[in-house]
Amino acid sequence: MQETTREDLDSVVIRFAGDSGDGMQLTGSQFTSATALMGNDLATFPDFPAEIRAPAGTLYGVSGFQIHFADHDILTPGDAPDVLVAMNPAALKVNLPMLNRGGLVVVNRGAFTKSNLKKAGYEENPLDDNTLDPFRVLDLDISKMTLEAVKEFDLGAKAAGRCKNMWTLGLMFWLFGRDRQSTVAWLREKFAKKPKVAEANIAALNAGHIYGETAELPSGIGAYNVPKATLEAGEYRNIDGNLALAWGLTHGAKLANIPLFYGSYPITPASSLLHNLAKLKNFGVATFQAEDEIAAVCAAIGASFGGSLGVTGTSGPGVALKAEAIGLAISTELPLIIVDVQRGGPSTGLPTKTEQSDLFQAVWGRNGDAPLCVLAASTPGDCFFRAIEAVKIATKFMTPVMLLSDGYLANGAEPWPIPDLGQIDDFPVSFYEGEAEGFHPYLRDEETLARVWPIPGTPGLQHRLGGLEKGQDSGNISYDPDNHHAMTELRAEKIQRIAQILPEATLDSGEAGADLVLVGWGSTYGAIRQSCERLREQGKNVAHIHIHSIWPLPRGLKELLSSFGRIIVPEMNNGQLAALLRAELGVNAESYAKVAGQPFRIAELTDEVARRMENAS
Amino acid sequence: MTENPKLTKKDFASDQEVRWCPGCGDYAILAGVQKTLVDISAKPENTVFISGIGCSSRFPYYMNTYGMHTIHGRAPAFATGLKLARPDLDVWVITGDGDSLSIGGNHLVHVLRRNVNLQIILFNNQIYGLTKGQYSPTSDVGQVSPSSPYGSVDQPVVPVRVALGANAQFVGRSFDVTRNLPILLRAARDFEGTGFVEVLQNCPVFNDGVFELITDRKAGKQRQLWVEHGKPLVTLDGTYGVRLNKNELRVEVVKMEEGVSTEDLLLHDETNRNLAWMISDLPEIKALGILFRNTSAPVYDAAVRQQLQMAKDKLGEGDMNALLRSGHTWTVD
Ligand SMILES: Cc1ncc(C[n+]2csc(CCOP(=O)(O)OP(=O)(O)O)c2C)c(N)n1
Ligand code: SF4
Ligand SMILES: [Mg+2]
Repeated sequence: MQETTREDLDSVVIRFAGDSGDGMQLTGSQFTSATALMGNDLATFPDFPAEIRAPAGTLYGVSGFQIHFADHDILTPGDAPDVLVAMNPAALKVNLPMLNRGGLVVVNRGAFTKSNLKKAGYEENPLDDNTLDPFRVLDLDISKMTLEAVKEFDLGAKAAGRCKNMWTLGLMFWLFGRDRQSTVAWLREKFAKKPKVAEANIAALNAGHIYGETAELPSGIGAYNVPKATLEAGEYRNIDGNLALAWGLTHGAKLANIPLFYGSYPITPASSLLHNLAKLKNFGVATFQAEDEIAAVCAAIGASFGGSLGVTGTSGPGVALKAEAIGLAISTELPLIIVDVQRGGPSTGLPTKTEQSDLFQAVWGRNGDAPLCVLAASTPGDCFFRAIEAVKIATKFMTPVMLLSDGYLANGAEPWPIPDLGQIDDFPVSFYEGEAEGFHPYLRDEETLARVWPIPGTPGLQHRLGGLEKGQDSGNISYDPDNHHAMTELRAEKIQRIAQILPEATLDSGEAGADLVLVGWGSTYGAIRQSCERLREQGKNVAHIHIHSIWPLPRGLKELLSSFGRIIVPEMNNGQLAALLRAELGVNAESYAKVAGQPFRIAELTDEVARRMENAS
Repeated sequence: MTENPKLTKKDFASDQEVRWCPGCGDYAILAGVQKTLVDISAKPENTVFISGIGCSSRFPYYMNTYGMHTIHGRAPAFATGLKLARPDLDVWVITGDGDSLSIGGNHLVHVLRRNVNLQIILFNNQIYGLTKGQYSPTSDVGQVSPSSPYGSVDQPVVPVRVALGANAQFVGRSFDVTRNLPILLRAARDFEGTGFVEVLQNCPVFNDGVFELITDRKAGKQRQLWVEHGKPLVTLDGTYGVRLNKNELRVEVVKMEEGVSTEDLLLHDETNRNLAWMISDLPEIKALGILFRNTSAPVYDAAVRQQLQMAKDKLGEGDMNALLRSGHTWTVD
């Protein structure tokens, strides 16, 4: 085999795009695994339609998977692709506008048939006019070459055609110098019962790779290499947000020394949390696929009453259904975790797209004065630690905790330094077993205001919980006006005290007193952080604060915010945190809203902030 | 250690004053439940009552056991979660006709089909008591109420038929003031799976006497059909019997005095779901007791536990350090 000389690149963004049925998500995740094994830092962004198999060839049926990998630390899946793999005309049409000028387009000419061109709205074949002139193009009949490669397996035309994503992956592996071995092993495992299919796919993968090695590529297109990133030393794995949540909840329950009960009803993008937890039965995790979201949360509360950690996970529409039951958990002061993996709303909204628009619902979305703790995870890996924190707060303060994630965190993967579990302190629960004399279930800890947690089975401590207001000194039903006022204040105060065990407000980057601070929460972390870096490179004095507890807000936040000349809150909603900060802290927080179902790009964020800074001066 | 003295009904009463209207059928059901717990030597600390919302759902407050007064219609879901977490507890669901058949219809169906090992007592007064007397899903057509001043035009459901249709494995019916109630409740509690019991309950304030023809201490005997496995279907005082019309595959209620002999009557077979369906909504008379019981159906919470145990036996106790390293990992030096 001839030696290939490879050009070193410091970072590359590739976008794989095709029909929903083309296997682009699989292709992307295989490229991700191989890239992780090469030691690059990476971030991914799966972007797929709500329909499982939208009609082939349509614009709305295009499924994309973007991966950004580099020889240095990166935090986002990249603004614009450098490489676009387009498996059909629709994929080209939808994604070409994002591609950087001079970027590389890999197209499957075989799919550019008359009818596909028409479905994509192309009057002329864009491969034959000047549409692609600003780009470098690898124009290949991948369909045909795949059929050729798998001919000997006699799969039938349809099954043979399905191997074209592996052919393409093989070529991409060669172009970027990735190893095929992890995908070969994965195919053999996945198709263990259909060895012919496995071998055909491997043959396609190899054929794509050989094509790269042997074919004369057009000038300007060569082989590339993205050297290893200098990540901090340690053991790494890839993780997505919902896997990190599942593991964090499981480990949190272990640290609390109580069993985990997870009740849920399938909903995008939260379902995989249920799938992940359902596999952990040997960890003692009981999962319950309920008849609806209401039953799911109610069952979780029932389990908490019995001494388990009740957890329920869903997305925005499901949280709406659970609201009444969450109120009961607030009133009965039982531990409960509600995971909200947010998606575009209102109503069914944009099920597969990301958004941060459930903040108001999380903080205020219940009848009555019904406070609970609201936490927000900022990266896929952070989901693990935030879940543990949620368990700690729920059990220590006897309260529901709403843990906010979103579609971007749930599906996006990043290399994650595997944590040393020995470094995380445990917080074992002790169920109340005091004297029956003088007992009532609303006896409280003076410091946290948490009530005691006696569980059924404990002799002498029989008690009844319920949603009717209870007397603060007896736990019995009480309609006393002053008592209700006092209990309302007490419930609010208890939640505020959670701030005592949470970190104080800190700067993520920049300095106190800077001209401007960007305040973010949740999955916008990477984009805000990197755009702050760029703004500082442009000589602008900006800082970044990222909030992980929405309710209560971190201690000292108001003081910290007061030091800045200007506060801008970039959010994937119509200005919810900005409004909350104005209302709660009386600071002048300006909103920068993006509600497009897509994460912020670093460039747009940088440009908008720069524009606003210039307009003001 | 000495034997614990046998508990009495009083030991199962909480210190809270019972606040149902005078003459409400709920009092008799409360007494019947307390007697049942005495009869079965229940431990108060291992017994849990979970209710929804309604007059009937105040029930747990009056029991010296563990309890939860939850939200409207959802008690079966809370109870399912509790039972999955704590199979050692004896869990009772208390619900009303509105609670379980309107707002909570979904959960009732699902707890029954799953066959969770708990008991459900449905207090059916054919009215929304707590909200002051609107018609309910079990009210008769024509029921005049504040929300149906011209009479209800809603077709009612028959609670035991909902249960039979949901594949419940134990379906019983009784009424508030009968001495037989504890016998049925005990059978429901001894049943492995969901023991569903509808109790006809009088609401003297908003729906007085709806069941009088059946429950009247004297006249009721004519119309009470207490069914017993293997025995002929005949009412308490022998006035009416139930016969199979083989040509039409229907059952018919017959007057025994019209020359019908006991041999002509159907024998009750509690394992026959179709028979239970046929006798669950008869004209003139009301079938009471255990209408259906299938002791061989799988029990949900047991199956869930079994899977958890199987996973542990097969894979060993979960190890988080190993889990974090499952799949691809790599080391950066
Ligand atoms: C979400 C919700 N909707 C409505 C109500 C009002 N509500 C309370 S009890 C009830 C009906 C209860 O009827 P039933 O279950 O038959 O109980 P009963 O009072 O007759 O025993 C209604 C509508 C409520 N508490 N919660
Ligand atoms: S309203 Fe009817 S059901 Fe409710 S407590 Fe009074 S009598 Fe009983
Ligand atoms: Mg009622």
